[in-house]
Amino acid sequence: MTPKPILIRNGRLIDPAAGLDAPRDLLLRDGKVAAIENPGKIKAPGADVIEAKSLIVAPGLIDIHVHLREPGQGYKETIATGTAAAAAGGFTTVCAMPNTIPVNDTPEITRWMQSSDRGASIRVFPIAAATRGSLGEALTDYAALKEAGAIAVTDDGRPILGDDIMLESLRAAVKLGLPVIQHAEDTRLTGGCSMNAGPLAFRLGLRGMPIEAESGLVERDIALLKQIPNAHLHVAHLSTAKALDAVRNARNQGLHVTCEVTPHHFALTEDRIGHYDTNAKMNPPLRAESDRVAMIEGLLDGTIDAIATDHAPHAAHEKEQEFDRAPNGITGLETALGLAIRILHVQHNMPLAKVLALLTARPAQALGLKGKGSLAPGAPADIVLFDPAEKWLFRAAASRSKSKNSPFGGWELQGRVRLTISEGRIAYHRA
Amino acid sequence: MATRTPTRVPQKSPPSSFFQQPIHPGSAISANDFSVHEIRRILESSDALEKENPFRRADRLARRRVALLFYESSTRTRTSFELAAKGLGADTTLVSSLSSSIEKGESLKDTGITLKALGAECIILRSPYSGAPYLLAQTTGLPILNAGDGMAEHPSQALLDLRTILQFLEIPANKVSEKSLRGVTISIVGDILHSRVARSNALMLPKLGAKVILCGPPALLPETAAAIGPGIIIERDFETALRQSKIVMMLRIQAERLSGLEINLDDYRSRYQANSDRIAAHAPKALIMHPGPIIRGMEITADVADGPQSAIAQQVHNGVPIRMALLVRALVGAKKVGRR
Ligand SMILES: [Zn+2]
Repeated sequence: MTPKPILIRNGRLIDPAAGLDAPRDLLLRDGKVAAIENPGKIKAPGADVIEAKSLIVAPGLIDIHVHLREPGQGYKETIATGTAAAAAGGFTTVCAMPNTIPVNDTPEITRWMQSSDRGASIRVFPIAAATRGSLGEALTDYAALKEAGAIAVTDDGRPILGDDIMLESLRAAVKLGLPVIQHAEDTRLTGGCSMNAGPLAFRLGLRGMPIEAESGLVERDIALLKQIPNAHLHVAHLSTAKALDAVRNARNQGLHVTCEVTPHHFALTEDRIGHYDTNAKMNPPLRAESDRVAMIEGLLDGTIDAIATDHAPHAAHEKEQEFDRAPNGITGLETALGLAIRILHVQHNMPLAKVLALLTARPAQALGLKGKGSLAPGAPADIVLFDPAEKWLFRAAASRSKSKNSPFGGWELQGRVRLTISEGRIAYHRA
Repeated sequence: MATRTPTRVPQKSPPSSFFQQPIHPGSAISANDFSVHEIRRILESSDALEKENPFRRADRLARRRVALLFYESSTRTRTSFELAAKGLGADTTLVSSLSSSIEKGESLKDTGITLKALGAECIILRSPYSGAPYLLAQTTGLPILNAGDGMAEHPSQALLDLRTILQFLEIPANKVSEKSLRGVTISIVGDILHSRVARSNALMLPKLGAKVILCGPPALLPETAAAIGPGIIIERDFETALRQSKIVMMLRIQAERLSGLEINLDDYRSRYQANSDRIAAHAPKALIMHPGPIIRGMEITADVADGPQSAIAQQVHNGVPIRMALLVRALVGAKKVGRR
């Protein structure tokens, strides 16, 4: 059954892809954007009317790095709960990482994840494993995976270390126009490590991951990329100034390198670990203040293509362990917009349109998500309505995610989602 | 484009969703838990408890329940805490991974909750994981005494080392202040990287005005070590460090924590071993300390360990009164131990 048309009235429409920031009314019909006109111009009898006065109307947000934990770890998250959390955070598209159980290395799993039986409230694009079982040995069938709906390949969490297999992956991917996403961590340098290397790691008696473990692998990948014309490397959750410089240089040389940064890497430093708080444990780890500042500069100057959450839910009993034993990762879908507005827009004067570009058009472009991230007539009716001025307290316990492992509990965020529409259907509505 | 000066995001945040309980103020987890005032109180209390008539003393924590939870082997520290608790009249129970009394696979949180339900009022914890005492404190709400956590801290060892140093310098407990150790240089030598004793001492001694030299090869002593607190410097040359020091603390190489690090032991011995020739030439009057266990012939030779400058037995001796003071602080409160 097709939903009724929706008329969104009197909002401030920001569509970074179209360079539009103006009062506009918007009509959604048959899951698509049907019309965009000056306020009061659209007549749509029978449509549901949504009053958007003092709200921003924008393309639904896009998160190109989430862990939905299905198949295999439904106790942490399911595709249904993860996408419900995403919708509450204003997202209408998420890209799901393949480190599931089993690893998503087949067209069958890729299709299974997109089946309507999963109960997703927004669009899920699977990212498939780059190698079988993400073991770094033999490539998966990229053509078949793409055919099944995968939009990129990666061994996220198990970086591709071997030069030969990385070259093979880039070569196979470029033929199909797929990006290869690298979790840049030279694990030969990070064995037993649970935080950033430096004085704080020494003080806490924890083994630290050196910056070079990230930047070294980014530099290696860029060197390999030069051997394969037109290949596309996407660096996941970049966290160090040094790796960012490598990306900047590669781009200046005309190479196709894109990258993303997480909200926690521009919001927090390793100091957040405090008394070994495992909600501040993730990989890549929280870094020093100078790296955090570099991430903000990279977002401001455009080097960074996307804000991506690396949403990584874990059950309470898994995080309630000794720091070294607790798994890496934090949830992020419901805090991303509020952190981006508070830190980038309010504290660093980034225009809202630019903040939104990092959460919509630019990630769509980075991973080639056609038709997503824009509100042109005919585009999918993926919309978020939010109040950019509303300050609110995030409570992890109230999260829609199955897991509550967030370091931002009790934080005051700015910019609160009122309504999320995914392909014409209301995916989230806060009364 | 112009670089903007970023505003620092406030890092202060309320406790995470699942760490509900505040850390009990009677806990001793880090050397940084103690102000100079508290250090003086603990030292005074340990003096008073040591001198007290054993029958009166055994009344102080009569029938109070203290659990010793040990995930690593330990003779010295465990016995010392046990004797301290028993000397105060407390009932103790030892739960150890070695005697497999810890339920297989049970989490630290669940073990702590079980001990609390059994009536434990204070838990003494030794864990191979840095920071484990905070987890136990936050999940049980009980006072936790840290008997060594991973590579992080060993605060009762730092206090007993301090008592040993003050005795050597003839500084009475009631004279302890921010200036007590002004002009005193203390070298901590060896495998600093893996040593919780080194960290707790390096954090505590400068509070009393001491200068701390950390001495060892780069593989066992990264440059960042000097940044852990004020009053700490790094010196790679052992003999240079010895010549400046009134106190020298030797540490063993913790082979079990090296995790792939390759150390040339002959080279190490030749540079960093405390042997009689070296001590006689460069630190003939210094107090030689070692938290144990000693590896004779490695970081220290037998003649130095057993010689007249050695404080090793005195350190062990000081463990019991210090731990009695910490137990009273945990179970009765921080007020001065006096005649009742
Ligand atoms: Zn990753």
